[in-house]
Amino acid sequence: MKRRILGLMLCTFFVALIATPLVIKHVSKRHESIGAVPLHETVTARYGFHFQEVAKAAGMHFTHQAPTFDPQLDHIMSEVASMGAAVSIVDFDRDGLLDIYVTNSGEGSHNRLYRNLGNGTFQDVAVDMGVADVNQAGTGVSMGAVWGDYDNDGYEDLFLYKWGRPELFHNDHGRRFERVTEQAGLPSWMNANTAIWLDYDRDGRLDLFIGGYYTEDLNLWKLTTTKIMPDSFEYAQNGGRKYMLRNRGDGTFEDVTEQLGIKSRRWALAATAADLRGTGYPDLFIANDYGVSELYFNEDGARFREVGKQTGVGFAPKSGMNAAVGDILNQGRFAIYVTNISEKGILLQGNNLWMPEAGTTGENLRYENLAREMGVELGGWSFGAQFGDLNNDGYLDLYLTNGFLSADRDRSYWYDFSKVAGGNSTIIADAKHWPPLDGRSLSGYQQKHVWINDGAGQFFDVAQAVGVTDTYDGRAVALADFWNRGVLDVVVVNQKGPLLLYKNTVTPDNKWIAFELEGSVSNRSAIGTQVRLFWNGQEQVQEVSGGSGFGAQNQRRLHFGLGKQPHIEKVVIRWPSGKEQTLTEPQIGHIHRLKEPV
Amino acid sequence: MKQELNIATTSASSTTTFSLAAWVRWFFSLENRYLAPMFITCILAAAQLSFGVLESYSRTLLAILTALGTELVLGRLFWGQWPNLASGYVSGISVGILVRAPAMWPYALCSMLSITSKYVLRLKGRHLWNPSNFGICVLLILAPEAVSSLGIQWGNYLPPMIIVWILGSLIIWQAKRFHICATYVISFFLFAYIRTWITGHPLLAEVAPITGPMYQLFIFFMITDPKTTVQTKWGQCVVVFLVALVEMLLRLNESVYAPLYALFLVGPAANLLEIWWHARQSGVAELLQPEIRGLEVRPE
Repeated sequence: MKRRILGLMLCTFFVALIATPLVIKHVSKRHESIGAVPLHETVTARYGFHFQEVAKAAGMHFTHQAPTFDPQLDHIMSEVASMGAAVSIVDFDRDGLLDIYVTNSGEGSHNRLYRNLGNGTFQDVAVDMGVADVNQAGTGVSMGAVWGDYDNDGYEDLFLYKWGRPELFHNDHGRRFERVTEQAGLPSWMNANTAIWLDYDRDGRLDLFIGGYYTEDLNLWKLTTTKIMPDSFEYAQNGGRKYMLRNRGDGTFEDVTEQLGIKSRRWALAATAADLRGTGYPDLFIANDYGVSELYFNEDGARFREVGKQTGVGFAPKSGMNAAVGDILNQGRFAIYVTNISEKGILLQGNNLWMPEAGTTGENLRYENLAREMGVELGGWSFGAQFGDLNNDGYLDLYLTNGFLSADRDRSYWYDFSKVAGGNSTIIADAKHWPPLDGRSLSGYQQKHVWINDGAGQFFDVAQAVGVTDTYDGRAVALADFWNRGVLDVVVVNQKGPLLLYKNTVTPDNKWIAFELEGSVSNRSAIGTQVRLFWNGQEQVQEVSGGSGFGAQNQRRLHFGLGKQPHIEKVVIRWPSGKEQTLTEPQIGHIHRLKEPV
Repeated sequence: MKQELNIATTSASSTTTFSLAAWVRWFFSLENRYLAPMFITCILAAAQLSFGVLESYSRTLLAILTALGTELVLGRLFWGQWPNLASGYVSGISVGILVRAPAMWPYALCSMLSITSKYVLRLKGRHLWNPSNFGICVLLILAPEAVSSLGIQWGNYLPPMIIVWILGSLIIWQAKRFHICATYVISFFLFAYIRTWITGHPLLAEVAPITGPMYQLFIFFMITDPKTTVQTKWGQCVVVFLVALVEMLLRLNESVYAPLYALFLVGPAANLLEIWWHARQSGVAELLQPEIRGLEVRPE
């Protein structure tokens, strides 16, 4: 009798175990996307903001074109040619209005430079300015662009990274651009997917970091071998080399990569720099595809030391595609967001939200991944993501775009992909062994994520509700206040898809303040300048960035949402030169244009 | 006297040699219940040290401890004594390696499911499913949004695989179960060729999975599990051939976890058939009774 009761109890327990995943799924639904709400007024009242997609109305009719490589890759062309849609924000003509540069990747296709006319529309001036026709056959195609005033003349110059010949364009007082690639001493050819401006040695001149993806001796249009793929899905080290180019100050750059201790050959897809330890020097974070992320501590501008494992960010290999930093809990410290791949039932890497562990600073800085706990873990095949206070409530939110290949909705390439990706390196590394795509999708038609931060450690996805309903294959995201309204609008570029401009409308109850900075002793772009805002008993730090996200650069202007009835105690600005400047009770609802005191 | 001493020494030496040989034989035999745990621990340690293969130490530890804890509790409750933990350890470590989930709960749940299945899904004193195969498959089916399985998260390099193959083959050979692995591998290649012929995909693409890490654990630990395979040698060969055949059918249907599901389907069916056959042979009429009574038979 006793055995029978025990047996019944055991069977009940077993059934309960089997039912557990279903119960967890039901309970966790509260973290899933909040559905569409029709009235903008209702949405704004509920979440503090809503978006309206206005790209075409604003005169931007851009659709990205993908390249066509060597015919030996025909069977997997869409997979190989799956990147290149990138966006960066600049005020190239210093008219106080932010402009948009968009890269294209079809051979012979034109990049676009959309000048902001200030009346709600943009005009493509790329051809006139000399930065359109940069994808000619034989020179490679664009993968991204970053802006920085490398000669400190007050006008932002353009660095264009490509699968091909990288290019540097000098901005001639906003009137046109002059190609200075050869004089600058840039690499003659590389297959790069990321680049950022930073002043790693704080000498007042912007240096350039470029991250290679495919190896630099590879010309994708003229293959001598089909062994071009990563030799491992998560441990590959046969990617492109990295370049740290030191600005000599005479318009030329010096390759100091090895000298500084950067020797990685991982497949870099995104990089960003920020002073993570309060040393005054920018540290370097690289998100690598097919492997672990790398974090380089900057040792007084003399050397970079890789501390990925030491700090915890370089332990589990994934498919890193994005690197963005943000002080998401108003603690005066940066978290780092890295995007990866998550596909239901097949591959659940999960994105990483690297939060600095409490009590760890400086040399002992350690990070823990809190993406799951904070609700920003699963984002599909994630690409670009950026932090920004989208509803001006005083907490940084997170915008993420995603989707790899959207083709036939009913047929997926995932099975064949995973079949080969798990195989031996000699199989996976050779493109000819990969089964043909045959028009199938691979994590296509995915819903985007707009995660709003409740300030208490939780993010909630409101994308559908606030009007982000597209399902294109998103790549790069950039945030900027295009009409100086004190809100962050969002530009998204999609692979083989249209440019989208989500115009933001924020409840006027939530206040804001912004800082547009210009260095004098420091680099003129003020890249690396940190602003600490103290208000209502809180502290938020932001840093001017020379590139973040995936294939993207936000506005250099720093935008702070303040919430309702804010009282700002002070603002502390720390310039790259080390100078500190304090503002007390600055005007709210105003863009403060500040020049570094000499 | 000297001669006597020599004789005595020789004799002692022979005894030592004999004991050592016997110990080695025992060590590499099915009698040694710690062989599989040691082997899988070595694989895990080597993989972790060379590639950092684990999602995290804490997750793997959670899987192992949950499996051991569940085994201890259920064993004590139902058999009245503390069970040997070797089998539970192998299940736990298999879950720790094979389950890939960002959250912690799938590791604990999968281990509990695996161990509990041994106590519930039983017939005539035998459990029907390989425990970790059962646990993983159930989670993959019921919680695909939270769980995936090891497939591409291990190094794609040959040297570690060769070491696993050599060590694994030696141990499995000594354990007299090499024929199971060999039959499966031969069948896999045969069916890979047939798949190539059907799909038109490169042969190496079809062969690729067996060169990956999941398959090594599958081949050396899941399909050879003495407790959930049929008893005759030829029967074992037929069963793994059928596993490979079902796997091919699942692969043609683009099932990512085809080998796990194939074993999930074929293994218990083969066991049931054998139990039925034995019962028929011995004239026992009580076939296929749900066996709460079976709980009275101790698990091996």
